[in-house]
Amino acid sequence: MIESTNFFVMAPASAEVSARFPDLHPPFEPTAAVTEAHRCLYCFDAPCMAACPTHIDVPKFIKKIVSGNLEGSAKTILDANILGASCSRACPVDVLCEGACVMHRYNKQPIEIGRLQRFAMDALHASGAALPFTPGEDAGKKVALIGGGPASLACAAELRRRGVTAEIFDARPLPGGLNTYGIAEYKLPLKESLREIDMLAQLGVRFHFNTLVDVKKLAEIEKKFDAVFLGIGLGAIHKLGIVGEELEGVTDALEFIAGYKSGSIMSVPAKVAVIGAGNTAIDAANAAVRLGASEVHMVYRRGPEQMSAFTFEYEHAKQEGVRFLWHVAPVALAGKSKIHALELAKLETASDGALLPRQGENFTLAVDLVVLAIGQSTHTEFLGDGSVAGAGKVKLERGRIVVDRVTGQTSQPKYFAGGDCTNGGREVVDAVADGKRAGIGIAAWLEGVR
Amino acid sequence: MPVSPTLETTFAGIKCLNPFWLASAPPTNCGEQIMRAFDAGWGGAVWKTIGEPITNVSSRYSSIDWNGQKMMGFNNIELISDRPTETNLREIAEVKRRYPKHVVIASLMVESKRETWHEMVQRAEDAGADGLELNFGCPHGMSERGMGSAVGQVPEYCEQITSWVKEKARTPVIVKLTPNISDIRLPARAAKRAGADAVSAINTINSITGIDLETLEPRPNVDGKSSHGGYCGPAVKPIALNMVQQVNSDHVDGSPLPMSGIGGIGSWQDAAEFILLGAGTVQVCTAVMHYGYRIVEDMGDGLLAWMRRKGYATIDDFRGLSLPNVREWKNLNLNFRVVAEIHADKCIGCQLCYTACWDGAHQCIHLDRADGGMDAPVAGTDPRYAHGEPNPHGKPTPAMVIAESAKVISTTPIAKLDLNGLGANSAVTPLERIPRVDEDECVGCNLCSLVCPVPQCITMERRETGLPFESWKERVAKGSAAEAVAVTGNPNL
Repeated sequence: MIESTNFFVMAPASAEVSARFPDLHPPFEPTAAVTEAHRCLYCFDAPCMAACPTHIDVPKFIKKIVSGNLEGSAKTILDANILGASCSRACPVDVLCEGACVMHRYNKQPIEIGRLQRFAMDALHASGAALPFTPGEDAGKKVALIGGGPASLACAAELRRRGVTAEIFDARPLPGGLNTYGIAEYKLPLKESLREIDMLAQLGVRFHFNTLVDVKKLAEIEKKFDAVFLGIGLGAIHKLGIVGEELEGVTDALEFIAGYKSGSIMSVPAKVAVIGAGNTAIDAANAAVRLGASEVHMVYRRGPEQMSAFTFEYEHAKQEGVRFLWHVAPVALAGKSKIHALELAKLETASDGALLPRQGENFTLAVDLVVLAIGQSTHTEFLGDGSVAGAGKVKLERGRIVVDRVTGQTSQPKYFAGGDCTNGGREVVDAVADGKRAGIGIAAWLEGVR
Repeated sequence: MPVSPTLETTFAGIKCLNPFWLASAPPTNCGEQIMRAFDAGWGGAVWKTIGEPITNVSSRYSSIDWNGQKMMGFNNIELISDRPTETNLREIAEVKRRYPKHVVIASLMVESKRETWHEMVQRAEDAGADGLELNFGCPHGMSERGMGSAVGQVPEYCEQITSWVKEKARTPVIVKLTPNISDIRLPARAAKRAGADAVSAINTINSITGIDLETLEPRPNVDGKSSHGGYCGPAVKPIALNMVQQVNSDHVDGSPLPMSGIGGIGSWQDAAEFILLGAGTVQVCTAVMHYGYRIVEDMGDGLLAWMRRKGYATIDDFRGLSLPNVREWKNLNLNFRVVAEIHADKCIGCQLCYTACWDGAHQCIHLDRADGGMDAPVAGTDPRYAHGEPNPHGKPTPAMVIAESAKVISTTPIAKLDLNGLGANSAVTPLERIPRVDEDECVGCNLCSLVCPVPQCITMERRETGLPFESWKERVAKGSAAEAVAVTGNPNL
């Protein structure tokens, strides 16, 4: 168990990866930040604040940038969102705060809220100041948090601020979950995720790394702790279920992204195909371009109008030089020990909406690397499988844990949950919001209010 | 036939190519500057005040920035010209030789002795000045030596020195008035009694612009100390307009003198406003110190376009036209009523009007359109008087609105699926974000329309009261003044 943390200096660093993944949205210079902050109208009950899942008081932190009160600005952000720095970089602001900005209706660009938020957070980090919160008085209660991603981190912070002991159990060697291992490096560098967790850990959060929690372990934990928070995220990426998936050179997007972010993947071969067209698929395709591929194709069974990626992500991929193969599906992965081609079927949509292969129109695409990004499965199988009486037996729905959205409480009162394992896979900010609500919910439940 | 307006005008007998003069200040320090200013289009220049050369301090200026804009207000502790009188006069002669049609006014300030003033007037006029401006306004430094505003603040001194100057002067004499006085009309009357040909107003206002929060030293910093300075720039324009109006509406000693208006002027609109309140020319300093002489081009171009649109051929055609529209409060119509109207099609949903009305006005803007809030509630149905609760308005307070919003659970929309996310469809303002005015309770104060960032989104609309004009003065005369006495408790009303 680790109590005093210094994750930032433990970050695996690769100067080459850093150079290939510069900030997609570079930081503001101070004068530019103040000029931009002045544009904010200071709306009442601001739409940006409502659109933010963590309800950051955006006009308030922006006006503090104007007044030069950067410490107060960062505190305003952290008070609502303990991962305010990560979110300032990783959030799809176009469909959140900036999408809601009234400036759209003023025939002007929305306020650059994400970059202003990063400016305030960078200033706090640069100042070397401590986290502007202190742990609450010891409440004499202990909560275990399974998974060290944003949901658990946010939940732990709320618990610590209320004096509840918070111990995080994570299978990986570093905290942060997908916030650390899964976000495109040009949005959120791995080390920045760790820097923020270092700060949060000042509240006295305890960590158990390289600790896989199985059903037996969960039963142990349940006995020792007053409540359990499940922030276990989603499981592995789906398989295609076709011939050749075991070949060398076939990987999945999460492995691939985690690999290049943590320095185990430094380059890719010339020809890369990414299967899928969601936001993760785009992150993987863009990464392949930056890691040296000369030809990157995204392969999707439907058309651009159905792709699940945000429009701005699609535009970004096009700018990176990613090519798109629409209305096709892989039929086989060819190669002896190593993949060398992808056999693709052209698809047409039947009148009932089913996708049918067009006979005799299969073709092959030469590839050296195939990255699967066709959605994650759930991994809730260890919850309440009956092998250990009662442990973690919570109600599921299509593999997702069912929770009370206000408190995060599951069907089993001692268990709470949040993040991708409850919402099916959304953004960091959604996980933070879930974790925050659950932290408040757990503390209230432990006090016997609920 | 369309009017072809001209900016040429005559001020106190001085022919001017246009009404735009540079005020006596750093932009008129020397002949070289003034000639460049004339090339840029300025019609006249009041020379930096000539007198016994002084020693200035370093630094000298400070300013107030506002919401990202520089120099909303400007302050200086510089004194009059630090150049020898002979140099200034030689250059006046040179400028007038090269620019005979442009106006050069010599601003003068010397010790309060009749002979000294006589000598200076003679020398300035011999150099070729078209007129004289007596600097009775400088509020710092010179006033400690018995000059500048030390003269302007005492009508008797003002009258005395002006009369000495008039004994000698052959050109028009303009007395520059200080605003640092309780009633600016008193020195203006004094100048008139002494035979002055014109006045100019206002000089700068006593000010301290600010304190450095690290060193605790005021600005501008002179070896850790500062002194009160003279405030000017856009921030002082409303103060200047009021004083210009006061002087130009003052008929106590007959018609007012011609007035050269000064104070925060930087655009053609500013110039037009001063002229509408009676100024014959306008003087500019801070805007030129900020942006250079080139600003005069649009002052002329814009003013001419406005004159053409309004049908005014000359400056005199519209000079003073707004003076009758400034009245004492007691003569305003108590039976005139306007109410705010929010044009929903223009509203962007910032709700600044809502918070302004609740915290700064009369709590009559509500966020209830989506709940079927009435656009025009039936008179007398407003719930606020129906009960004695702490919130007597019958509507959620701002704090209640915020508390409700905090409870909303929002999530990142999934592309293509969640079309109604809070971040989506931002081209249209949601109905619940468009505030509603409770017309019955609206007092017509204008505040919402002033804070609204969108032009013409909140307009003030006239509502007929069915009552004839009635001023407070008339109400007093009718004997219903008891109301006013009771309210003010002042039996002298």
